[in-house]
Amino acid sequence: MSTFILTESTLDPSKAIYDQILPSGEGWLYRIDRGQIFRIVDVEGNQAVDTLFYNAVDVTDRYSAQDTIREQGGIYLTTGTRLMSSEGRVLATIVADTCGRHDTLGGACAAESNQVRYAIEKRWMHSCRDTFLSTLAKAGNGMTKCDITHNINFFMNVPVTEQGGLSFADGVSAGGRYVELRAEMDILCLISNCPQLNNPCNAYNPTPVRLLIWKQ
Amino acid sequence: MNETILFEEMVRGGGMWSFVLRRHHTLRLVDIDGGANLGLMAYNAGQPLDRLNLPDTLKAQYTAKLSRGNVLMSDMGHALLSITRDTVGWHDPLGGHGNAAMVEKKYGPAGYQERRNDWHRNAHDNFLIELGKYGLGKRDLVANVNFFSRVNVDAEGRMRFHPGNSNAGAEVDLRAEMDVLVILNTCQHPLDPGPKYQPKPVKLVILKTPPPDAADFCRNFREENKRSFILTERLFL
Repeated sequence: MSTFILTESTLDPSKAIYDQILPSGEGWLYRIDRGQIFRIVDVEGNQAVDTLFYNAVDVTDRYSAQDTIREQGGIYLTTGTRLMSSEGRVLATIVADTCGRHDTLGGACAAESNQVRYAIEKRWMHSCRDTFLSTLAKAGNGMTKCDITHNINFFMNVPVTEQGGLSFADGVSAGGRYVELRAEMDILCLISNCPQLNNPCNAYNPTPVRLLIWKQ
Repeated sequence: MNETILFEEMVRGGGMWSFVLRRHHTLRLVDIDGGANLGLMAYNAGQPLDRLNLPDTLKAQYTAKLSRGNVLMSDMGHALLSITRDTVGWHDPLGGHGNAAMVEKKYGPAGYQERRNDWHRNAHDNFLIELGKYGLGKRDLVANVNFFSRVNVDAEGRMRFHPGNSNAGAEVDLRAEMDVLVILNTCQHPLDPGPKYQPKPVKLVILKTPPPDAADFCRNFREENKRSFILTERLFL
């Protein structure tokens, strides 16, 4: 049986310099300065928040799921996890977490992966990677499909068994739970608030999340 | 088995290689001495933005290890490489690859000036060198597979390198389901606890093999694999 260690934050939402709701199916690209604290709140519970981070001055240096799990010696992300870049740098550290476990193996849903996973006829449905593409296209900052790498799924539970099986387990989050990160360098954060309707992990009910930033 | 050897290549330990493997040709990897590690990334040779995506590969097949029957899938839902034969049973999709700083920290400094071609190579630089030959670079790095290596995950999520996973003579066959740009290197696994820099050689055998038929094991391994094959076959109508 696995242990979840929950860590609460003392930060006051009324003092945040940024406080917005991001509905499901929408994207968000935002710069977070070094030292700032960034919180994602799972407002209604078990919402997947597909998230990528980049070094703000060089986006070729970006979040790497494999480097992150290997360097901490474990596949789940929680308080204390240092989010590593493809160039071996620390992008951000998780400093508070009232959910206790986040996934970085399951990747983001896509029109094409939905076709493979569920049915060839599912291509029409909205997906995270379409949100990522749309958000980057509108940003006009030169970032494209090849910058959409393997992401974090905040609030999602994707256990691996000792036999090497991968499962999409029941949610471990609930309404109001949150994860908080401290930027260790100037970073860009790209989020797709997941619109997936084919997967029971969000009870087939995508919901909004709240995003807050504090200046330290 | 109706297969013809087209050519062979020996990749020494710490070495690298890349090649466009033609559709339905097979790349056989042979662990000559036992204990090899072969890091691999793969791209649709005709459209390299269509590329290996391990999260898609793993979640479609509900697995955190790779073996016979599994298909390496692209982010566009395509089948890139099918594992048609495997004498090992477990290949690692989790551990990723090391870089120059990690190799120096673990094994000490060993630059080209002092060691000539016995210098310490690292997987990150080797990947970038081979990617660069096709106009690809850092933005094109994807999560890689480590063939011949195994990393166990326990109930708490902790990762442990499993020594002795691959014996001398171990073989795994990868059949291309489209023309696939394969980028590989033979650096040690980044979680290999051995204190010495001693990457092992891997022999590559490129074979002409029959195309998969309707009863193909990999195609039928899961319904997801079948749908990935259908999407791939649409590229060739």
